[in-house]
Amino acid sequence: MKPYHYEQARDIPGAVAALAEQPNAKYLAGGTNLVDLMKLEIMTPDVLVDVRRLTSDRIEETEDGGVRIGAAVTNSDLAADRTIRSRYPVLSQALLSGASGQLRNLATTGGNLLQRTRCVYFYDTTTPCNKREPGSGCPAIEGHNKDHAILGASEHCVATHPSDMAVAMTALEAFVNVHGPDGERRIPIEDLHRLPGDEPERDTTLEHGELITAVDLPPLDLAYNSKYRKVRERASYAFALVSVAAALDVEDGVVRDVRLALGGVAHKPWRATKAEEALRGEPAGEENFRAAAEIELEDARPLRENAFKVPLARNVITRTLLELSEER
Amino acid sequence: MSTTTRVSGRAIGTPLDRIDGPQKVTGTAPYAYEHHVENPLYLYPLHSDVARGRVARIDASAAEALPGVVLVITHENAPRLADTSDKELAILQSDEVAFRGQYLGAVVAETFEIARHAAQIVEISYDEEPHDVALRADRDDLYTPDQVSGGFPTDTEEGDFDEAFSSAAVKLDETYATPMEHNNPMEPHTTVAVWEGGDLTLYESTQGPHPVRATVAPIFGLDPSRVRVVAPYVGGGFGSKGLPHANSILAALAARKVEGRPVKFALTRQQMFSCVGYRTPTIQRIRLGADEDGRLTAISHEVVEQTAKIKEFAEQTAIATRTMYATGSRRTTHRLAALDVPVPSWMRAPGECPGMYALEAAMDEIAIKCNLDPVEFRIRNEPEIDAETGLPYSSRNLVACLREGARRFGWEGRDPTPRARREGRWLVGTGVASATYPVGRLPGSRVRIRCEGDGRYAVEIGAADIGTGTWTALTQISADALDVGVEAIDLKIGDTNVPFASVEGGSSGITTWGSTIFEAARAFREQHGQDPSEGDEVEAGMPANPETENYAMHAFGAYFVEARVDADTGEVRVPRMTGVFAVGNIINPKTARSQFIGGMTMGLGMALHEESVVDERFGHVVNHDFAEYHIPTNADVGEIYIAWIEEEDPYVNPMGSKGIGEIGIVGSSAAVANAVYHASGIRVRDLPITPDKLVQ
Repeated sequence: MKPYHYEQARDIPGAVAALAEQPNAKYLAGGTNLVDLMKLEIMTPDVLVDVRRLTSDRIEETEDGGVRIGAAVTNSDLAADRTIRSRYPVLSQALLSGASGQLRNLATTGGNLLQRTRCVYFYDTTTPCNKREPGSGCPAIEGHNKDHAILGASEHCVATHPSDMAVAMTALEAFVNVHGPDGERRIPIEDLHRLPGDEPERDTTLEHGELITAVDLPPLDLAYNSKYRKVRERASYAFALVSVAAALDVEDGVVRDVRLALGGVAHKPWRATKAEEALRGEPAGEENFRAAAEIELEDARPLRENAFKVPLARNVITRTLLELSEER
Repeated sequence: MSTTTRVSGRAIGTPLDRIDGPQKVTGTAPYAYEHHVENPLYLYPLHSDVARGRVARIDASAAEALPGVVLVITHENAPRLADTSDKELAILQSDEVAFRGQYLGAVVAETFEIARHAAQIVEISYDEEPHDVALRADRDDLYTPDQVSGGFPTDTEEGDFDEAFSSAAVKLDETYATPMEHNNPMEPHTTVAVWEGGDLTLYESTQGPHPVRATVAPIFGLDPSRVRVVAPYVGGGFGSKGLPHANSILAALAARKVEGRPVKFALTRQQMFSCVGYRTPTIQRIRLGADEDGRLTAISHEVVEQTAKIKEFAEQTAIATRTMYATGSRRTTHRLAALDVPVPSWMRAPGECPGMYALEAAMDEIAIKCNLDPVEFRIRNEPEIDAETGLPYSSRNLVACLREGARRFGWEGRDPTPRARREGRWLVGTGVASATYPVGRLPGSRVRIRCEGDGRYAVEIGAADIGTGTWTALTQISADALDVGVEAIDLKIGDTNVPFASVEGGSSGITTWGSTIFEAARAFREQHGQDPSEGDEVEAGMPANPETENYAMHAFGAYFVEARVDADTGEVRVPRMTGVFAVGNIINPKTARSQFIGGMTMGLGMALHEESVVDERFGHVVNHDFAEYHIPTNADVGEIYIAWIEEEDPYVNPMGSKGIGEIGIVGSSAAVANAVYHASGIRVRDLPITPDKLVQ
């Protein structure tokens, strides 16, 4: 680990100011990913500004009937929260499917959104990686890419985003509140993470110094009937091969509304808007669910080792929607 | 003759709690890194980033300038080794690079963190040469080793296989593959090296203190008496700590340069994937022929596997096939590809484990072709004698294991149709496999017994306890051998300051050390009687067992598995496994049960998860951490039911016991694979069976 300075700011504006002054500074919250990356010298900040005590660690209902989640709320607390479990079960399930109990106790809501990819080449400083060292090349495209993207990748990067929580929040159309040098702004979560394009080193649209302070879940009745299904190679403690966050409202056998997001398939949590559009107003049922999944996956461009993700994603979408339509 | 004397001991066979349990759960049992040494330094290694070539230049100036850095050691300034014949261990002696990840040097610093960061900023440039790390069965440079590990012949031929196979009524010809796997014990390889004068002490995480001394002493040009190796507690090894690896040499070399200060070196998890051995990948072609009655007439097992260019390791993958079943003809072969890779080594049941997987998967397939239940098919092919040696078995109770396992598992009435049972989203199936593992014994061990007064006895042998329960089992054996209670025994193991012990490997520990303890106890009573005086002592060596000339000695096991395959996703879960073993007398049912459970769990991991992925362009394992190299978690392990049958074997050793460290894993992966086939109807012949191979 490269030596660094550790700072505690007095408040959020102080933290933002501290970061703004120093181009190679990072915020530190739970540290469950950042500290690992620093040990391996994949990330080598000169300064860490500790924000863990600066942002809220509370989960509060908002006036519009939604929920505001402070950025410092731990994954464990968020997963166990009564309101989340009853009104947004997809989110609680997603959190509990990620990492381990120990990690969830430390990891924060803000930090979880900013996890970096688990691409093996990103994690190995003896190999090239465009995300770690822009312009050095992407060995994953022709290499070990079983865990990599089938949607939205570029010739520069085929990495996937590892978060489960963010996939659920994408299905829930959450908003991410940030405080930056130019003040506060509220970002639809779909606009937080980005596709790699020709700047794979940028995971998100956040500018340097912007700090996530809270995540807002808008009121969403169909989220009562929602679930998260994560497919992985072992029963626990593994990143998703493919995951599905879904919420479904069926009335008289017809899909009134649906939210669908996929994990493990792209550089960002993948909102399956094409599938959603194909389903709204259509009869609920296996055939239509499968057809909608196939529409979404028409754009899939699998790599040497991950063609299986296409039928896998299709099957998991279909199964998850079927279960939601039967449970309702 | 002592080896045929059955013991009616009071301690052997009792489920004594681990005597080191309280120390371990309170964190006071010193593992290698935790031995107190004065004023230590910390080592972080420099690894090669290319797979073949020469080091052109090393610029360590930035690292050396860091406060706290004491030494950067490379081939340019390392002490010359006295014996460089073992190319795996002769590190830092030249600029040659023979595989990616090879040790090229190390940084030694006042803290681990300083050493690690300094290592990152040492700049090494190379004259790189093309490398070759691809194992394929169709390589034109495969070669035939003189013999395979354990001293077994490379190839065997029994009867006329070609004729028998071509005329067989039922035939199977399939190729099975197992991947490279890394042992990954919980405690990484660790050395604390201390030079005092010309004497070297190594606090070591090893399966054999004396074998480490025997290897290390000549490398440094030392008489073995000047090297002490201390390893009272070891956090697992699974074979990777059986043969000394270069990490121990690196620590000792660095400590030589900073004489007077101990050097501590514990590998990170990522470093466990480069220099401390691994299970070779294998490509195994199995051909089986059977007659109309389901009797095997032809067995062929042809193995292709890899070794390193710098040192040969020829895994004995097909040897279990030489003894397992009766057949009219048999052929086994081993061919090696020598590659620019680290040296493969032992990993729990090297040889038997991957070989038995292939044979037992093939047995399942041909049983189906013969329209026979796979349990019945195996029983039908039970041999009278050991075909490899021509000797009768000292005891062979595989059939009893199969029958008892089938009864306990609820095998009877099984519908052989694949993909025919469904519970919700789960396709459900069951599978069976058999396994054997030889009764190992190694020469050279010695035991010293000394009366300490007050009816107490010191029993000393340099054996290792790698978490298996040696402390406890040898205490029980000592108590019975001396005919006293276990509380009267002060066992001392894990140190070269006590008499020589062979390596804890090949499931040979209890047979070897226990036999030697019995021999020493017999000699002690002969010399000093039942009422010895304080200070009375004897030392005795490992007795010969002439019965090994008369009998083939093997442990056997039968494995039954229920597997569930998610019809949509190909996820596999294993809710229950049953293992029934014929292993002679059990020394300690509690620790034995743990060993069997551990072995079967490791086989579950082999079947479903474990795979070291080599990127051929770079030449190294790219999934080199526990996030990406998967082993079973608690949530993956269902109910594991363990039983053993009563087996009297008067020939194996005075305890009547057979080693159990490895038999648990040997048949486990095949049983899982066969159950996955029965559940899903998909036969995956390359391990691990991951969802991508099953999803449709």
